[in-house]
Amino acid sequence: MVRTARRAGGIAVAAVALLACGSGHSGGTAKDAIRVGHFASLTGDTATFGRSADRGIRMAVEELNAAGGVLGRPIEVITEDDRSVTEEARSAAQKLIQRDQVVALLGEVASSRSLAAAPEAQRAGVPMISPASTNPRVTEVGDHVFRTCFIDPFQGAVMARFAHDDLRAKRVAVLFDFKQDYSVGLAEFFRKTFEQLGGEIVADERYTSGDIEFRAQLTTIRSAAPDAIFVPGYYTEVGLIAKQARELGITVPLLGGDGWDSEKTLEIGGPAVEGDYFSTHYAADSDDPRVQDFVKRYQAKNGGVPDAMAALGYDAARILADSLARAGKTDGPALRDAIASTKDFAGVTGRITIDPQRNAVKDAVVLKIDGGRFRYHRTVSAQ
Amino acid sequence: MRPGTALALGGLGLAFVLLEWVLPRALNPYYLTILTRIGVAIVAAVSLQLVNGFTGQFSIGHAGFMAVGAYASAALSVYLGSEWLAALASALPIWLARALYFPIPLLVGGALAAVAGLLVGIPTLRLRGDYLAIATLGFGEIIRVVILNVDAVGGARGFALNATSGVDLRFEDLGAIYAVVALSVGVIARLAYSSAGLAFRAVREDETAAESIGVATTRVKVLAFVVSSFFAGVAGALFAHSEGYIHTNSFSFVRSFEIMVFVVLGGLGSITGAVIAATVLTAAPEGLRGLGELRMILYSLLLIAVMILRPQGLMGSRELSLAPLRARLRGRRAAA
Amino acid sequence: MENLLQQLVNGIAWGSIYALVALGYTMVYGVLRLINFAHGEVYMVGAMTGFYAAHALGVADRPSALGLAATLLAAMATCAALGATIERVAYRPLRRAPRLAPLITAIGVSLLLQNAGQLVLGADPKFFPPLVASREAWRVGSLAVSNIQLTVMATAVVLMAGLELVVMRTRVGRAMRAVAQDADAAALMGVPVDRIIQLTFVLGSALAGAAGIQVGLSNPKIDPLMGLMPGLKAFVAAVLGGIGSIPGAMVGGLLLGVVETLVAGYLSSTYRDAIAFVILIAILLYRPTGLFGSAQAEKV
Repeated sequence: MVRTARRAGGIAVAAVALLACGSGHSGGTAKDAIRVGHFASLTGDTATFGRSADRGIRMAVEELNAAGGVLGRPIEVITEDDRSVTEEARSAAQKLIQRDQVVALLGEVASSRSLAAAPEAQRAGVPMISPASTNPRVTEVGDHVFRTCFIDPFQGAVMARFAHDDLRAKRVAVLFDFKQDYSVGLAEFFRKTFEQLGGEIVADERYTSGDIEFRAQLTTIRSAAPDAIFVPGYYTEVGLIAKQARELGITVPLLGGDGWDSEKTLEIGGPAVEGDYFSTHYAADSDDPRVQDFVKRYQAKNGGVPDAMAALGYDAARILADSLARAGKTDGPALRDAIASTKDFAGVTGRITIDPQRNAVKDAVVLKIDGGRFRYHRTVSAQ
Repeated sequence: MRPGTALALGGLGLAFVLLEWVLPRALNPYYLTILTRIGVAIVAAVSLQLVNGFTGQFSIGHAGFMAVGAYASAALSVYLGSEWLAALASALPIWLARALYFPIPLLVGGALAAVAGLLVGIPTLRLRGDYLAIATLGFGEIIRVVILNVDAVGGARGFALNATSGVDLRFEDLGAIYAVVALSVGVIARLAYSSAGLAFRAVREDETAAESIGVATTRVKVLAFVVSSFFAGVAGALFAHSEGYIHTNSFSFVRSFEIMVFVVLGGLGSITGAVIAATVLTAAPEGLRGLGELRMILYSLLLIAVMILRPQGLMGSRELSLAPLRARLRGRRAAA
Repeated sequence: MENLLQQLVNGIAWGSIYALVALGYTMVYGVLRLINFAHGEVYMVGAMTGFYAAHALGVADRPSALGLAATLLAAMATCAALGATIERVAYRPLRRAPRLAPLITAIGVSLLLQNAGQLVLGADPKFFPPLVASREAWRVGSLAVSNIQLTVMATAVVLMAGLELVVMRTRVGRAMRAVAQDADAAALMGVPVDRIIQLTFVLGSALAGAAGIQVGLSNPKIDPLMGLMPGLKAFVAAVLGGIGSIPGAMVGGLLLGVVETLVAGYLSSTYRDAIAFVILIAILLYRPTGLFGSAQAEKV
């Protein structure tokens, strides 16, 4: 009797599980919508970045559709979750291309996942725009792969020059996230440029994203007595690093890249991040009414100030729409050419031009953390 | 040749033709990728079954051994293999060159993974208790850290199988992949149901009793573990060469957990169960995409529920076999 | 030299947290011979409860001793309840099942809590409120010890002393030790085994909850996946000290914290996580019973 009950229970559980496997296909859509695919990490370790990018993209698409869409048709964004897993990015891209027949792909934030998916986009002749992957190799995959953000060589050099010229630092320590391609790349180019300028890297320490304890590395850095510390990591760790550095008595400024660009840096870092600098795409306190407008609208819709991923996603979506309009049609080669000829696009993350290597040429801004807020410090133009 | 064997061979031949030539033309690449992933999952699950199901030792770092196989085979292909393949291709028809070359990275990946299995297994399998679980989990993490540090295979940037000599290092021939899968499953099944397999199961049932009748328990456990790691390495190598780009993210604890779920749900001790579970649970998430976050929650709940309500999983320790069918047919004929 | 001292201080403060979590593992393993994989997630729930409790009680913005105490209590109580529930629902039905079953279930519970946490609490990291204002408490040359580090170490010592007291000097503690030694014999002597096992989980989980608060104070970034690695490492600490031995877990935790910090500081922090498992392999190779453990005869 008990055994039968248990068996029945087991079968019921299995049945529910299989039923739940059901169809995950997105529901009915307007017949003439232009379908765009976004593959992102909505779950998993980098969920926070994927979701930000998705929010930015969706907001852009909503605004565009409210204004009549593109080529007289609404845009439909289909988002596929790759769960922060590399090969899932490839199958997410495949699914979007093959099953959903998207005309273009947006994604991904992480360079490793962009690298996994890009060959599929290239093979299928579907243009792909990465909003935030910074590894130079992503766009080298093929002529259908673009990006609308800086690449590591540029941003690394920006902060190296800033440290050397503005802060007059001669000795800098580096503390980077060796599990994240972004951080590794940025650190590498910072080191190269800084040493070229005559500076000295006095300490080179690492951590892993997800770590919460940095005192060991910071103690080693402290004994090297640097003039500044370059921390090209993500906001998920930066706040803590700054806090622990101050607790150990380190007073020199910390420098970073656009991975710092989020409210969480201020929230977690608190007074510890005062006086630190980082490079990013735009300043939320910029006078540019477009930026102000974007920040306000994003806040109203999603609550909270947009971070770099959200802003980049927003711009990537809008550049795609703009390219569609310029191409006049949705087929691959025409769209690809239109994206490639993007010039001086007025995005919230700057004036964007796509160069012959399919990377974005745009200015970087250096922000200073002052009085508990990000404040515009200076612009570094793209060379 | 017995009629049964002829039938089996015919069936396999048909399957090969289907996979190698028919499906790639009929299905779009998305479905072909899923089929490839199912093949990899089957090898991973069946190899884990040898240790967890047949020998009763709890290993939860299987993805670590897959990582060793994946990276070792990829490094071989990129740094040495592309030249060999190019040389072969210039002398032989391309299909023959590829058929001759690709077993090499698979075997090398498997061999290195087996060595890793030896290094992890010897200290931990000497002991009774569940230290193997933590040790294998730890090993999975250590191997990822080590790989991240090796710049030659990309580190945090991941590793793309791009050949220097222009040959295509990607191995996407479904027929050949499934040939490897079938071979792997065959070898493991043979081992599990041989006299060595009896020793495995003796250790699983009661290690002390087995020891007392002369079974060299530590050696048996290590053997199972090393063979299991070898095939995990093969699965990893298949994965690397079919994806074309690998990153340590793909070999995390979550992956080990997924493979473990295949084995447990299929039934600890059933090869068929592992195959079925691996197939269903690799294909299903593609349909589960809509659920997103709930997928892992569902897996965990399923695991707990199965353990409490039906611990033998789907197949228990039975295999799918044609024997009962044949017996029934024979019985009918006799009665007729 | 000052560097070394600083690293030692860092290591001991960090290790105190491992020690608190390791105690839960060692106690449960002692009575059930089960590695409670879900223990790391209990620690995470402790940190999360502290976060929400502090905000709910309104003490999140103003550091105060009362606020800290209240939050600590809330976290410990919640975790105690969680631990008891897990035991009742996931482990007790499998008490007589083959060894592998509760182990698999434990992993299932662990993953369930992680993913449910991500779903319900959000995947974004949260900032644990500063219940203790961070200050430099002590400075000798360049050696800096913050008051938070002192708080963490002190809390750990107090809780561990309390546990040792309970286990060694009370009747309940004696019952726990009896069950750990031989559950059937204890039952025959009239010890309510189920109740004692539940109590073991309650105590261990409460300590993990306290550890969650400590880590929230000293490393104020918390997220639903924060329990996995510390959980595993705390288990290694328990094995290092001798699984089943309470003083062993304490020493193992502190030792692991120090070794990890020294490796990260002097060798390379790449191996920070890896070193724990290297220690595990080494211990299993050379001294499987750990530092304080005693060889247990296998009964046929």
